[in-house]
Amino acid sequence: MKNKQCVAMLLAGGQGTRLKSLTKQIAKPAVYFGGKYRIIDFPLSNCANSGIDTVGVLTQYEPLILNDYIGIGDTWDLDRKFGGVSVLPPFMQAEGGGWYTGTANAIYRNLKFLNQYDPEHVLVLSGDHIYKMDYSEMLDYHIGSGADATISVIEVPWEDASRFGIMNTDDGGRIVEFDEKPEKPKSNLASMGVYIFRWDVLKQYLIEDAEKEDSSHDFGKDIIPALLYDYKKLMAFTFEGYWKDVGTVDSLWEANMDLLKKEPELNLNDHTWRMYSKNPNQPPQYIAPQATVNNALINEGCRIYGTVDTSIIFYGVHVDESSVVKDSVIMPDVKIGKNVKIHRAIIAKGTVVEDGAVIGDPSPDSEITLVAEQGSVLASSYATNS
Amino acid sequence: MDRIAGIINLDHEQDVLDELTYFRCGAAVPFAGRYRMIDFAISNMTNARIESVAVFARRKYRSLMDHLEQGKAWDLDRKFGGLFILPPDWNDPTDISRGDLQHFHNNIDFINRTLANYILVSGSQNICNINYQDVLAEHKESGADVTVVYKKVDELYPEHDRAHKLDIDENNRVTAIHNDQHNSNVYMDMYIIDKNVLHDLIDECIAHGCTHFFLDGIKGKLPDININAYEYTGAHALINSIESYYRNSSKLLDPEEQERFFKEDNPIYTKVKNEAPSKYLTTSNVTNTLVANGCIIEGHVEDSILFRGVKVAEGAVVKNSIIMQRCEIDSNAVLENVILDKDCSISEGRTLIGAPEKPYVVPKRKTM
Repeated sequence: MKNKQCVAMLLAGGQGTRLKSLTKQIAKPAVYFGGKYRIIDFPLSNCANSGIDTVGVLTQYEPLILNDYIGIGDTWDLDRKFGGVSVLPPFMQAEGGGWYTGTANAIYRNLKFLNQYDPEHVLVLSGDHIYKMDYSEMLDYHIGSGADATISVIEVPWEDASRFGIMNTDDGGRIVEFDEKPEKPKSNLASMGVYIFRWDVLKQYLIEDAEKEDSSHDFGKDIIPALLYDYKKLMAFTFEGYWKDVGTVDSLWEANMDLLKKEPELNLNDHTWRMYSKNPNQPPQYIAPQATVNNALINEGCRIYGTVDTSIIFYGVHVDESSVVKDSVIMPDVKIGKNVKIHRAIIAKGTVVEDGAVIGDPSPDSEITLVAEQGSVLASSYATNS
Repeated sequence: MDRIAGIINLDHEQDVLDELTYFRCGAAVPFAGRYRMIDFAISNMTNARIESVAVFARRKYRSLMDHLEQGKAWDLDRKFGGLFILPPDWNDPTDISRGDLQHFHNNIDFINRTLANYILVSGSQNICNINYQDVLAEHKESGADVTVVYKKVDELYPEHDRAHKLDIDENNRVTAIHNDQHNSNVYMDMYIIDKNVLHDLIDECIAHGCTHFFLDGIKGKLPDININAYEYTGAHALINSIESYYRNSSKLLDPEEQERFFKEDNPIYTKVKNEAPSKYLTTSNVTNTLVANGCIIEGHVEDSILFRGVKVAEGAVVKNSIIMQRCEIDSNAVLENVILDKDCSISEGRTLIGAPEKPYVVPKRKTM
């Protein structure tokens, strides 16, 4: 049998401008999260755990680190003889080439990739959300309901609903209407950017969409409305659990802090649904006699001599004596000198913080300070409130 | 290009770590929070661009094989060469080889097939971070048949009694190998030897009914072959008893010692477990402790080593202890001078206290 039941297409080309300088040199899915992971670990681990062994990763913006990170996919058990992970950047063809112009266009330009597996269904994922989800349950629901497309939705607070793509469904869960960021939402079921399509249906609509000159070639704006217009059967699959779009500095910080709750909604210690990530091969973390560590996630290779309170510390971080790190996210290999104070900040990989530096604003409603020039050295005079 | 092939010879290593070696060989004993003893031997080889490593295993090697898998963690999953775990399985009635020479003899194909012109033989009990390319360079320069590695220790401990010691002349030539209790030149159970010399010595030893390659083929040949001594000056721990295991583990709580064992340009590799970062809750109080990933700490931990996935509940106290993988310590339990093997659970309010010089050892998977 040379066809796959379901192939996943992971949209990982996003520039992530709202993450400011964190994404100056890397694509958003490669941004660090949770003391050890990169954002893309979550959809890829979900695929591996859901039994989906064929994943196309559509890259575009600053792909070097992302390509290197994905490698042959062995981190997620996706190094397979038939299937596995394939990185799919934009490419030239006889009739020309160019950047992917939208989410739908990115999939359309990889029809050949999908055709070689001839799947029954295609799972479309985004590379910028933090969540644990069993896609096989959604696939069962999709197949069981005989849908042409199924969209995963999550109930969001009513006051936030106007920020999302909102699904209006009938009593049976069939989507009757889709409003992109409506002023007056009729429901609070937001699209998570996780779609399953019957491949024959999707292929037809992608080809038709590609010929429309006025289309923005986007799933939310073009493909879904076109399917609805033609009365195709679109079902909403309600996801219950933790889901967070980490597209902004604030939401990235918040999602990290969510992990520090005593019983976090997103349990990273669940051995039945492991989150896989590349292993940097570091020795165990060392907590020195004079150190104080409370309410923190700390990764291997760290050396803590100071105080860490309510923070996420990635691998290879040194916190020297008399320094305080509070309410912050410290990315890999950051060296923090003596008598440093860091409050409500995100410090990017490889930053050297010199003795005596003061970063961030401790007041609880202040903005999160982002220090994100990779490998920068912060002199002791460095101080900022924004 | 000179190539080295590696042999990790566990044949003569006895399983002397009491409870820790009831169900596994010494090489597979967990060490330093996330490693197994053998990780140091293999990582040092990998870091010296050794691409072909054979492991001579004899007893209790199930957990060793589980740990090593196909050698992927050490980049030894190769099309050519790679990792060969070689348990004894030979039923040739004409075979007269015995002891570890049986291993050398039965696996002579490994030596014949390798492209390497030098063979490095090592045990697993000498924990160190050594550059074998330096050893090879000195071996070649000396023109010796064999170069043995030794450590001049500052202080002799009981574990050194069992190790061989070397007398060395001013030309770094080994003049005697013995067990003198007062000699501080501790042989580290590793040597580099020319492939052809190894081959000849194996044949000769078997022909003479010998049983131990190092003792009969190298030590016994001392007047006839040229043995060079290479002095290793880095961090070193010889682990052949519970006491030496415990004391050398405690030494790792010194940051300088950590830096000497764990070097950025010479990393120690181990099997990946995909554990989340360790979590310290608001009630935790941790000082002077090595913590591996996947731990959840709500209690008090000092001067200890926590392996991966250990849970310390609120109110529990852990002092001067080594807690291996996935142990769970319930609230208000007190552990002092204790080694808990994997998967142990200590129920609420329990107290276990060992002596500072002799820790209390709890075997694998025990509930107390």
